Amino acid sequence: MLKSKTFVKKTRAGGVMKIVREHYLRDDIWCGSEICAECKQESAVLQTDASIESDLCSYPHYVIPDTNVVLHQIDVLEDPVIRNVIILQTVLQEVRHRSAPVYKRLKDIIHEQEKHFYTFTNEHHRETFIEREPGESANDSNDRAIRVAAKWYSQHLKKAESEADGLKVVLLTNDQGNKQKAEESGLLVYRFEEYIKSLLGNPELVDRLALSNDDKHDITSSKVLFPEHLHLSRIQAGIKSGTFLQGTFRASRDNYLEATVFVQGEGEDSTEVLIQGLQNLNRAVYQDLVAVQLLPRSQWVAPSSVVLQDEGAAKDDNEEDKEEEDEEKSLRISAAAEAARKPTGQIVGIIKRNWRPFCGMLNLSQIKESTRHLFTPADRRIPRIRIETRQASTLAGQRIMVAIDGWPKHSRYPNGHFVRSLGNAGDKETEQEVLLLEHDIPHQAFSQAVLSFLPKMPWAITPEDMGRREDLRLLTVCSVDPPGCTDIDDALHCRELDNGNLEVGVHIADVSHFIRPGNAMDKEAASRGTTVYLCGKRIDMVPELLSSNLCSLRSNVERLAFSCIWEMNHKAEIIKTRFTKSVIKSKASLTYAEAQMMIDDSTKNDDITKSLRGLNKLAKVLKRKRIEKGALTLSSLEVRFHIDSETHDPIDLQTKELMETNSMVEEFMLLANISVARKIYDEFPDCAMLRKHPAPPPSNYDILLKAAKSKDVEIHTDSAKALADSLDVARVDGFPYFNTLLRILATRCMMQAVYFCSGMDSDFHHYGLASAIYTHFTSPIRRYADIIVHRLLAVAIAADSTYPDLMDKQKQSALSINLNYRHKMSQYAQRASVAFHTQLFFKSRGILNEEGFVLFVRKNAIIVLIPKFGLEGTVFFDAKDKAGPNLHFDEEGPTLKVEQHTFHIFDMVKVTISLDASNIQHQKIRMSLIEPVISGVSVPAPDVEPLAKKPKLDR
Amino acid sequence: MGNLLSDQGYRLDGRKASELRKVQARMGVFAQADGSAYLEQGNTKALAVVYGPHEIRGSRSWIRHDRAVINCQYSMATFSTAERKRRPHGDRKSTEMSLHLKQTFEAAVMTQLYPRSQIDIYVKILQSDGGNYSVCVNAATLAVIDAGIPMRDYVCACSVGFVDETPLADLCYAEESGGVSSLALALLPRGGQIALLQMDARLHQDHLDALIEAAMTACKGVGKVLDEVVRLHLKEVSVLTGE
Repeated sequence: MLKSKTFVKKTRAGGVMKIVREHYLRDDIWCGSEICAECKQESAVLQTDASIESDLCSYPHYVIPDTNVVLHQIDVLEDPVIRNVIILQTVLQEVRHRSAPVYKRLKDIIHEQEKHFYTFTNEHHRETFIEREPGESANDSNDRAIRVAAKWYSQHLKKAESEADGLKVVLLTNDQGNKQKAEESGLLVYRFEEYIKSLLGNPELVDRLALSNDDKHDITSSKVLFPEHLHLSRIQAGIKSGTFLQGTFRASRDNYLEATVFVQGEGEDSTEVLIQGLQNLNRAVYQDLVAVQLLPRSQWVAPSSVVLQDEGAAKDDNEEDKEEEDEEKSLRISAAAEAARKPTGQIVGIIKRNWRPFCGMLNLSQIKESTRHLFTPADRRIPRIRIETRQASTLAGQRIMVAIDGWPKHSRYPNGHFVRSLGNAGDKETEQEVLLLEHDIPHQAFSQAVLSFLPKMPWAITPEDMGRREDLRLLTVCSVDPPGCTDIDDALHCRELDNGNLEVGVHIADVSHFIRPGNAMDKEAASRGTTVYLCGKRIDMVPELLSSNLCSLRSNVERLAFSCIWEMNHKAEIIKTRFTKSVIKSKASLTYAEAQMMIDDSTKNDDITKSLRGLNKLAKVLKRKRIEKGALTLSSLEVRFHIDSETHDPIDLQTKELMETNSMVEEFMLLANISVARKIYDEFPDCAMLRKHPAPPPSNYDILLKAAKSKDVEIHTDSAKALADSLDVARVDGFPYFNTLLRILATRCMMQAVYFCSGMDSDFHHYGLASAIYTHFTSPIRRYADIIVHRLLAVAIAADSTYPDLMDKQKQSALSINLNYRHKMSQYAQRASVAFHTQLFFKSRGILNEEGFVLFVRKNAIIVLIPKFGLEGTVFFDAKDKAGPNLHFDEEGPTLKVEQHTFHIFDMVKVTISLDASNIQHQKIRMSLIEPVISGVSVPAPDVEPLAKKPKLDR
Repeated sequence: MGNLLSDQGYRLDGRKASELRKVQARMGVFAQADGSAYLEQGNTKALAVVYGPHEIRGSRSWIRHDRAVINCQYSMATFSTAERKRRPHGDRKSTEMSLHLKQTFEAAVMTQLYPRSQIDIYVKILQSDGGNYSVCVNAATLAVIDAGIPMRDYVCACSVGFVDETPLADLCYAEESGGVSSLALALLPRGGQIALLQMDARLHQDHLDALIEAAMTACKGVGKVLDEVVRLHLKEVSVLTGE
């Protein structure tokens, strides 16, 4: 079975080295086709009935793409229509070396059973192995290997053919030379475009074809617009010698002719290089890794404050140029006037493109019947992309995804191709999809591989599980959650012990029992990192069977839990702490309001109520102690939408109400998290997953201090405690909302809390909670960090075994970076979702007049908070098309003088709120001033809103 | 770590996870010595020579009154690696390897039959492509048999690495240098006793059993090949001597 063959390879390692490696050729690599009787394969991947309707190939056939086809046309290959494809090992390896993302996508396709993609290990097959000939380049040798394998397949299938269905093999390549040679050796070979265009019944696939270099002549305009990019070897030499700098390209959101390149220096120091003008930007796209050359100091400029959007429609290229020159000129002039010049440079080459598919909308070409159109991405930092499509009229008004294929030097815009449509713009589903994609939130349905690790239903607790766990089913455990919550991950109990002390238990869903380390479900959960809650939709981290059923601690069913049990005295001092895996049976799933009612209702005296009252009493003591230690109570307005059950449109808005029971549950969760953090840190000082909240740098508080001072209130920010105390006493007579506003501002001053691995950091302090150590333990259903903490704790109490990655601080650290990223993105997505629903709400409401407070003062605008809706909006004082009013901004206040009126922070104003739908891609809430009345600035109060409706809203 | 094991289950050189490299061997390659053997395992090639049992040479303090002393010396030819080696023997690594070989053969050779005597085993790596220790042990086993020194069983050795939750048998150099946790195991296959187990990489305890299990299977595979070599050699010798 083994045939040994050695071949010689040269590599460079100082000098030339001869490396001899064995290369075994095998007879037991099967062809993977159902039709073949000769090969003894266990499960064939390629179907007998491999027909796809095509003009070119009317017979059933398998497709063999070459490397470049896979690299460039992966979007088409991903389509469900394309099936029965043979991926050669040669192709797979080359793809792996050339593009990691494409390699990953290709592997995903291969794993998908319905796609019938088969990987043929041709280089180890005795009959398809080829040796590289002297003088043959690696590319040519690979092409030959592909041809040899294709030839072998066609002969092999001919032999196997029992019936006369004539299964054939089609080689797809875009390389002219390769195609010719393949034809000479009698293979069926087509160009990829040819093949895709021949497919009947799937015309939309043609749009997804990437424009290859051969198609260049299509879009050629003779004029070269951009300087040539330098070759990679010259770039590398330049970076080494210091003439070029390497950095990440960051386009400006407001000005398409301006960008910065962020150059990461050694250690802490990093610099930013300003890039201005199309020529200097030289086709770099947001997030690319680029090489920059600094301009001589005399040409340095200052960043302009002008807002410029690339508005030119898809006109003639020449016409555009003229416009741009004007724009650039204006940019230069405005810049030259300033004194604060920054290092300025030009981009000489691209080290690595960081293109991904972008969401956005199509701008139809003004020329009818044109197939070439411009695409405007939703992200303003991405340039517009030219795509070719025949379905422009259908795609207009839809949100679509487009991938960039390349940016030739004579083209004003990059060329791309259509990937898929997301649906009509403005539709709730479409917008939600866009939101998820733009925030990089994995939201596909769980794959079969992941689902295969779910427990089999009907599921029941086995005697073995029971034996290893503490039986707490008889305890009066109950859960308290917001209404409508189906993923209940915590439950509580409290009872009096014989010695007069209280026993308090926090029981957390034992998710780590179901999600075993390293399997597909674990990997998926680790990559998702968190469950994302949008308005009216939840994107689960773990499959629903777990999140809403087996792990959810619902009432009156037996569930596995991880319990943290304290013995406390009545002063809420902890006497003993223990952790155990357990089985519980919750007695009630309550909402915050229900729990509150039970506590307040003095006629009730059952076990659950008693337990709740005990918890509530202790929680108050705990909270007081925590605040004495300097924990901050901050404020941010959270709104809830009342969603219509049928149309799923928001019908009402309400700020979230906080009850005593909210804080009761919170106190015990904090206590459990702190107890667990201590335990896992004691046990694993090197690899405990903890959460910290760094103290903000003093400069962060500037805005808060200024704001408070304007109302003659003093705020101390030396420590968390000082801040908390001074916030508590900050009051202004006749202005009850002042304190809340201050707390909202204080929240904005804070840093982000982050996960980290204890072995990689020395500062553990949690500023906001005033705790020396903290972690997340209480929500394993919706946060992956908690699962890791559960595993660590389980090992610490010898309830589970460890695994290598858990003890590896590098891997832990890498994981926490991903978790922090996902967490941040999920918060952004959540905010964006609220913003979208707010828009929907105002769309249905028409124009409203509301009272609000000035939260910030800017150079040309004020930012107004409407407490009733928790809505923030900007009132601009300078309009684009007409001369603005007289503005005077004073940074010290900060105050803004508009004509005669001066705005301070916290001023009360009246505004009208309406939806500005003029730009369908970026709909926004528009606010305009009604009161105070400033002539030429404020608008008269429109009375569109029927008064009768108003009281309804307040309810 | 590169792609040491493809999704289709093939390794860099085309083997499957549990497959050994091709083993070829000859016994009695030197007339001068009491026993000798040459063994190739893939591209790793080793020569083993045995002298003894004979009187103790050197210090008399070496003498053991109940058994023979085994003296091992391991060396690598200067031309055995891709870059030319400066010191063929005597460096720290070779000394350690010598010690491992000594321990292995003290466990396998029936030393109690030769009290107050000494057995010398010299092993030289002629070409190195991973698994040096195992190849040396396998070559030395054949040499000891060729010398006619009784052993409890063949000693067969094999290295095993751990990649993607799968044990890979008989690592080649490319795999060894790819950052794989690996262990080397010398086994007396019939009784399943372990003569030596050596590992200096980090590996999680949970995987150790699976890895040892795979190593033992691989060693048994090597044992079969060695057995064939010995039988073939005996046949050839008996034909020559006309028995």
